[in-house]
Amino acid sequence: MTTTENAPTQEIGRDRRRKEDRRLITGRTRWTDNQALTGLLHISVVRSPFAHAEIKGIDTSAAKQVPGVVAVYTAADLGADQVQLPCAWPVTKDMKAPQRPALAGSRVNFAGEGVAVVVARSAAIAKDAAEQVEVDYDELEPVLDMEAALADGATLVHPEIGTNANAQWVFDSGEAGSGGSVAEALQKAESDDDQIIVKRRFRQQRLVPVFMEPRSTVVDPSGEQLVMWSSTQVPHILKTMLALTLGLPEHKVRVIAPDVGGGFGGKIAVAPEEVLTLLVAQKLGKPVKWTETRSESLLTAHHGRDQIQDLTMSVTKDGTITGLDVKLLADMGAYLGLVGPGVPILGAFMFNAIYKIPAYRFDCTNVFTTKTLTDAYRGAGRPEATFGIERLMDEAALELGMEPMEFRRKNWIKHEEFPYTTVSTLTYDTGNYEAATDQALQMFDYDGLRREQQERRERGDVKQLGIGISTFTEMCGLAPSRVLGSLDYGAGGWETAAIRMLPTGKAEVVVGVSPHGQGHETAFSQIVADQLGVPFDDVEILHGDTQSSYRGLDTYGSRSLAVGGIAVVKAAEKVIEKAKPIAAHMLEASEGDLEFSGGRFTVKGTDKGVGIQDIALAVFAAHDYPEGIEPDIDAHATFDPENFSFPHGTHLCAVEVDTETGFVQLYKYVCVDDVGNVINPLIVEGQVHGGLAQGIAQALFEEAAYDDQGTLLSGTLVDYTLPTAADLISFDTANTTTASTTNPLGVKGVGEAGTIASTPAVVNSVLDAIRHLGVKDIDMPTTPYRVWTAINDAKGTAGRGDEANVASPGAGLGSTASDISKGDTQGGHL
Amino acid sequence: MIPAQFDYVRPTTVEEAVQALRDGGDDAKLLAGGQSLLPVLRLRMADPSLIIDLGGIPELKGVREEGNEVVVGAMTSHYDVTRDDTLRQHVALIQEATKTVADPQVRHKGTLGGALAHADPAGDLAAPALALDAQFVIAGPNGTRTVAAADFFEDYFTTAIGEGELLTEIRFPKYTGWGARYEKFNRVAQAWSIVAVAATVKVDGGTISEARIGLTNMAGTPVRARAVESALVGQSATEDNVRKAAQAAAEGTSPTADADAGSDYREHLARVLTGRAVLAAAG
Ligand SMILES: Cc1cc2nc3c(=O)[nH]c(=O)nc-3n(C[C@H](O)[C@H](O)[C@H](O)COP(=O)(O)OP(=O)(O)OC[C@H]3O[C@@H](n4cnc5c(N)ncnc54)[C@H](O)[C@@H]3O)c2cc1C
Repeated sequence: MTTTENAPTQEIGRDRRRKEDRRLITGRTRWTDNQALTGLLHISVVRSPFAHAEIKGIDTSAAKQVPGVVAVYTAADLGADQVQLPCAWPVTKDMKAPQRPALAGSRVNFAGEGVAVVVARSAAIAKDAAEQVEVDYDELEPVLDMEAALADGATLVHPEIGTNANAQWVFDSGEAGSGGSVAEALQKAESDDDQIIVKRRFRQQRLVPVFMEPRSTVVDPSGEQLVMWSSTQVPHILKTMLALTLGLPEHKVRVIAPDVGGGFGGKIAVAPEEVLTLLVAQKLGKPVKWTETRSESLLTAHHGRDQIQDLTMSVTKDGTITGLDVKLLADMGAYLGLVGPGVPILGAFMFNAIYKIPAYRFDCTNVFTTKTLTDAYRGAGRPEATFGIERLMDEAALELGMEPMEFRRKNWIKHEEFPYTTVSTLTYDTGNYEAATDQALQMFDYDGLRREQQERRERGDVKQLGIGISTFTEMCGLAPSRVLGSLDYGAGGWETAAIRMLPTGKAEVVVGVSPHGQGHETAFSQIVADQLGVPFDDVEILHGDTQSSYRGLDTYGSRSLAVGGIAVVKAAEKVIEKAKPIAAHMLEASEGDLEFSGGRFTVKGTDKGVGIQDIALAVFAAHDYPEGIEPDIDAHATFDPENFSFPHGTHLCAVEVDTETGFVQLYKYVCVDDVGNVINPLIVEGQVHGGLAQGIAQALFEEAAYDDQGTLLSGTLVDYTLPTAADLISFDTANTTTASTTNPLGVKGVGEAGTIASTPAVVNSVLDAIRHLGVKDIDMPTTPYRVWTAINDAKGTAGRGDEANVASPGAGLGSTASDISKGDTQGGHL
Repeated sequence: MIPAQFDYVRPTTVEEAVQALRDGGDDAKLLAGGQSLLPVLRLRMADPSLIIDLGGIPELKGVREEGNEVVVGAMTSHYDVTRDDTLRQHVALIQEATKTVADPQVRHKGTLGGALAHADPAGDLAAPALALDAQFVIAGPNGTRTVAAADFFEDYFTTAIGEGELLTEIRFPKYTGWGARYEKFNRVAQAWSIVAVAATVKVDGGTISEARIGLTNMAGTPVRARAVESALVGQSATEDNVRKAAQAAAEGTSPTADADAGSDYREHLARVLTGRAVLAAAG
């Protein structure tokens, strides 16, 4: 790595405002939906209202009569039912992958699945005409509950694959040789008076990623290359997958992700609508646009989470964990998304978390249901695992009669034990759980709040205080390509960057990662400014267009800095390497006498020197350069990480629970995260804040619930409860730093940390507030109604029986959904 | 937003609006702030052929005093209601309730008349209007008529406003010197009420001399908690007394059950929130 001691100011570490914000905040950018091409046509997708049904017939004649309608197509007209939308992660050799069409042909498998498409001169006309398409359905039984779906004789979502089980993925530390056998550990614990066994069932509700910008796709088939603009996180993957899926020559396709308004994993996809837009554009030879409504987005863009977790831990009475057994059911929904089946599997490496667990087993069964498919959502697999283990740590501490933080301390990896290879075979390079925890406890005034809690309890206050802990780590920076290979993932995990030195000395940096709100342009400019010693404002980051950025694997899994940022560093190093002989030539010195610092090559021990920006001009003119080399200092680099990065942190949450109403009010939230070296503290804080908001929202607010017919109940943002700033509190965030040793910047990922860590901290705090009233567990989201019901149930004075079981531990999705459907009598408030 | 097609007119007087309603027949819809109507159109739960925008009628906007009454034009925005001094002095309850409606954007667009005409059982302004014995002035082909709040709210989303009619103003008696509190219970700040209680009380020398309480979302229409009102009168405003009286809050209600609350929970909330609202109003 280049040193920059002599540079006037170091950019890395500065809390620069994001350079992209001016255009985003003032609306001076062009989103996909802003593309206004001459002759543009618009499509509207006709969608099934039923979760599971045979399509008996589709009458498009009335829709075709609507003035302004250009065409109405069913699946067969476009061959859309023959398409197999890709799943890039066959997690096991015998994984069952049903065909996923771009439009349903003869059967729909979830409410919202497309069955026909209307093409018209305006979006409004397309929508009007879509209502005129008559579809004749024969309803089939919906498949909603994962356990019922796996039972003998269950209705099959896809009868042709003969089962509702998609795949079973098992890791056993005894078999892997990374630890003992859990079966033996549990057996031993059962007959050991000095051990206890703690068993719990937790539920991860279904969530919707709810990105700010709804999805949109424009396809222009009229040029030599077919051009697709799409609001996607993965333009490169999309391009290659379109080529593979539709048999298009890859060099005839260009994908552009312009500014993209959020994704959170929800735009890691090859969406049926993207393919549909392309098929229609090809068929008509005209540019075509699809932009979804918010309700379409909630209904059909992929969902996240949705697991049932059965956890068993054996632990000695003095608080040493001896074994952990994890059994998961993960709801895939109706089809497999691009990486859907792998999402729960990422959890396999994270249930053991920061703890030294001698025997571990992970066994996950993916299940098909007639619901919207699930796939990556911020954290993807790690929030689920972190929730499971951090809830279980509290439960075990409780049964042991130990202070929950003491129990964690006793079992976590000590800072002097790094690098540490875990029972799930990952090697954590660096970390210091003690340091983060000590700082968090102090910022939180943990002891003071425990006293306040005690006082409130003794007074019998209406508002009781609860304190929740989450000491988490996660694996991110996806990913070492060889590791992905060993997990049967369909691609690598490297990243590419290129630097173009322009004649005037400015730098264009082309990156393969594809930002959609993270602030890459700012952070990467800071890195390049330090590496090349050029001003921050002289750097432009180009991304999201496969024509300029032809090689990349896009943005997800907190990879952009820890992988993509390193590619930028490597490209900058190559630029300097290429510039060196030219500098030597210009300075009439030998290369060995040159040193590079602060943007200048200087001859050691003299004040003779030349700046990298002047060299850029010199190679542009190319009037005088050394023999045998090219007049070019541009460079291109690809970085494939050797390991993940492992950010960690301690999150502490205090809530007030109103025991009369069940309302949960955040009271204090402190987190100290170790994300390695920080490039831009402002961006890091922003990522943490946003992540916290989403993780807290899983604990308290969000749920995509279905009724007993398989209809999504939260089809608008009136029904899908999202918090705003008014519902959250000021977070106290801080960082401790142990630099990652697996990349030259010493950075770790931060994009998902807040989301992964916060959910269990909040739920642990809610339970801590009311456990003394006899409450044992509450399903997420811990709504006031569920909290009140749990308190009432514990008192033995439950409300009417038919409404009370929403909060019973482990109540399956089925029972929750039927409770919810009961009340949906007025269709919401508008 | 992509609603079905409609024609649009923007009358400048109430007479023109009435005429437009007559011309438009069944299929005409009045547009006030659009904060309820536009989502309905966007989701295509309604497809009127004519939209009559009331935004261009100056006489429908504003707050004025008329003798013992404060008169609020139907097109007065929530935001204007929340910062009006006359209302603050004489009809504090409607102002307190309006402050809890949605978020600033919605409060700038949405109107008092629109909210009351829409009559969503979870809407926050009907219960205070009922508790305050507001009078609703309705204009139609045969001139204007006045309907008492007790007769105005008929059912879910249904009011006494007939076909061809529009609400022009809401007249509130003055409650000068009364304490007021709108106790709203919802999951997030900009959400609708799960249950809410509108309470305004007159306290003389520590004793409650008059009390008016309206309940939001405890039935298809707002409900007066009359049993609580009469139990409170003559009591000193102590926590014990108020809580005891509040036990009757759910009498005569028929709350619905949904994902946010079972009906027993709503009844419980009505009791708890009534106690809190009255205590706060009694100050
Ligand atoms: C995100 C969001 C959150 C909200 N949260 C709340 C909340 O917490 N509490 C709450 O009380 N409300 C809430 N609302 C609704 C808000 O108060 C609306 O403003 C109100 O319900 C309707 O008023 P409006 O002026 O927008 O009427 P519009 O939407 O324009 O009209 C509503 C209905 O009333 C009819 N109408 C309008 N004016 C008249 C008239 N003068 N005569 C006859 N009929 C008429 C219309 O034809 C239409 O049917 C929310 C709205 C939104 C969008």
